[in-house]
Amino acid sequence: MAVTATDTHRSIDAVWRIEQAKLIAGLARMVRDVGLAEELAQDALVAALERWPQTGIPDNPAAWLMATAKNRAIDRLRRKALMARKQDEIGRELDARLELAVPDIDAALDDDIGDDLLRLVFTACHPVLSTEARVALTLRLLGGLTTDEIARAFLVAEPTVAQRIVRAKRTLAEAGVPFEVPRGGDRAVRLASVLEVIYLIFNEGYTATAGDDWMRPQLCEEALRLGRVLAGLAPDEPEVHGLVALMEIQASRARARLSPTGEPILLLEQDRARWDQLLIRRGLAALERAEELGGAQGSYALQAAIAACHARARTGADTDWARIATLYDALSQLTPSPVVELNRAVAVAMAHGPAAGLALVDALAAEPTLRGYHLLPAVRGDLLAKLGRFEEARADCERAASLTQNARERELLLARAASLGRSKKVPSA
Amino acid sequence: MRVMVIIKANKDIEAGQMPDEKILTEMGSFNEQLAEAGVLLGMEGLHPSAKGARVKFTGTKRTVTDGPFTESKELIAGYWIWRVKSMAEAIEWVKRCPNPTGQESEIEIRPIFEAEDFGPEFTPELRAQEERVIARAAELAQAEKA
Amino acid sequence: MRFMMLMIPKGYETAKPGTMPDPKAVAAMMKYNESLQKAGVLLALDGLHPPSMGARVSFSGGKPKVTDGPFAEAKEVLGGYWMIQVKSKAEAIEWASRCPGGDNEVIEIRQVQEFADFPADVQQAASGFAEMQAQSGQRKGS
Repeated sequence: MAVTATDTHRSIDAVWRIEQAKLIAGLARMVRDVGLAEELAQDALVAALERWPQTGIPDNPAAWLMATAKNRAIDRLRRKALMARKQDEIGRELDARLELAVPDIDAALDDDIGDDLLRLVFTACHPVLSTEARVALTLRLLGGLTTDEIARAFLVAEPTVAQRIVRAKRTLAEAGVPFEVPRGGDRAVRLASVLEVIYLIFNEGYTATAGDDWMRPQLCEEALRLGRVLAGLAPDEPEVHGLVALMEIQASRARARLSPTGEPILLLEQDRARWDQLLIRRGLAALERAEELGGAQGSYALQAAIAACHARARTGADTDWARIATLYDALSQLTPSPVVELNRAVAVAMAHGPAAGLALVDALAAEPTLRGYHLLPAVRGDLLAKLGRFEEARADCERAASLTQNARERELLLARAASLGRSKKVPSA
Repeated sequence: MRVMVIIKANKDIEAGQMPDEKILTEMGSFNEQLAEAGVLLGMEGLHPSAKGARVKFTGTKRTVTDGPFTESKELIAGYWIWRVKSMAEAIEWVKRCPNPTGQESEIEIRPIFEAEDFGPEFTPELRAQEERVIARAAELAQAEKA
Repeated sequence: MRFMMLMIPKGYETAKPGTMPDPKAVAAMMKYNESLQKAGVLLALDGLHPPSMGARVSFSGGKPKVTDGPFAEAKEVLGGYWMIQVKSKAEAIEWASRCPGGDNEVIEIRQVQEFADFPADVQQAASGFAEMQAQSGQRKGS
């Protein structure tokens, strides 16, 4: 079989995708600068692209790349030293530093790499950076995505992304952010920042619609991969498993949530035969791990538990609404928000009857953040209809129809309003 | 026990031909029955081997060949993973399956290794590893029952 | 993108019922499996008992015909699989190449079909079922 130049390039590219995060992580620990680490890693890639087409891909590409990058690091140190013209002093210092900085490659690659990767995760998601910067840096350094891929995924211009990354690295250097895994009181906040970044990436991909650039739904896969990697690096953190569980279960619905014409289908209307049982099993296992670690009341674990209730129900009618309502109770105490409250109202209505749900919905009537949100009148209309208050229900359905951006949903809401207009009035319960 | 139920490919499937609407509908119905009976654990279709590759191992050497693999009579078009009580049950279900290709078709049923199949010949290190695998399998089984 | 890595072990077509894999090979394979997991790319894996413990059902008009394994004509058989999630076929090939496969073993790499891969009319036919379900759900008032 003739191996073309393109084949070799694709193979090198594949090796790069697999190894680059670990490479950058290991280098970052050595040179204490994430930006410099990435540059050195890029140097190694350039060298690989020059050499490997002739020599073939080495048996241990990771070791080759690391050794090459280290040589570049030494070259740079030497050049800097020469420029400072304190050759002897620096020469000695350099030798000493090199002895420290060149540990046994194999050992480094096996044991420390896990720690280094975790250090890189925390650094890329440091709260000193803006959210967009954290997202871009994470996808670049940990995901190995090119600036073009990140730009296409987030529908921004490539130079914007490139700038974000340059500035992010500079900010980290100027703030003197240490390359380490946070411990003690700091750890929870820092971990929350990491999880936020990963879930943000996932949601960006989840909202992608048919016809979008392929990179957009790819974000779900990348976020899931990062989550799984993190679960391996920090196996004792329950909220990591909680987030992975949530993403696995949401991803399990990917094949069922869009119609053939690309419009979103509500969860209760989805063809559950199309839910990916493999991902559901993985999600339930991750959730169990979170619960075993005592993290059942964590925000992501609660959201995952709610998703799990749906995932376990073979049909909509089998849904354990009482459990979902209880979980929303807990979630609304932990992270109160009008949207969580609205979801809680739906669950309470399904579990305890429309009147109970309506009481919660009415409490949200004045909520400013829900003012243009079509689901508020849609839910209210549904509950009023179930209580036989058809005239009020019709008005709410029409209001919801006027607020939604989705054409199919508007049709359904208007149709519902019309049929409610024709319904005979029944004395309300 | 679990089984892998494999649909063999034929020339048409390998050429990328889509199954006709009747078969799709019948298969959908069959899959519904499997799901309702708690048998269906997973199913996937595979793109034709033209989009695939093969890696051959010789010592430390790896030889990569791109598809299609026209000489092979054992190409897979798709598969299910089922949870059944016995091979006999699996065979019964396959007999009820609509003909997946509408022509001469072949479905192969292969039992899957479970952790408890591994016997005492494993070293203590592997036993420990095996225990983790069993715990994991139990997690998954529990998750399935939930 | 999802890929199946299908392990085709040399000689497995004639393996007797109850054949167990060699413990050293299992240990090496477990290390490999761990590397897939650490990279966040492993979705699932399974080993299969030999064909002598399997069966084949053939459909050719008329009743389906059952044959117990082993299958004399089969020159190569599936021994196990991994399902991985990666960005490209090249990446799948790279992972497959890292498997501690034995001499003359082969891993076949096949891309898994995603629903979105199918043309619109096939999606329509396959989802007709979903519309029916949703409708019946609405009629029942669920």
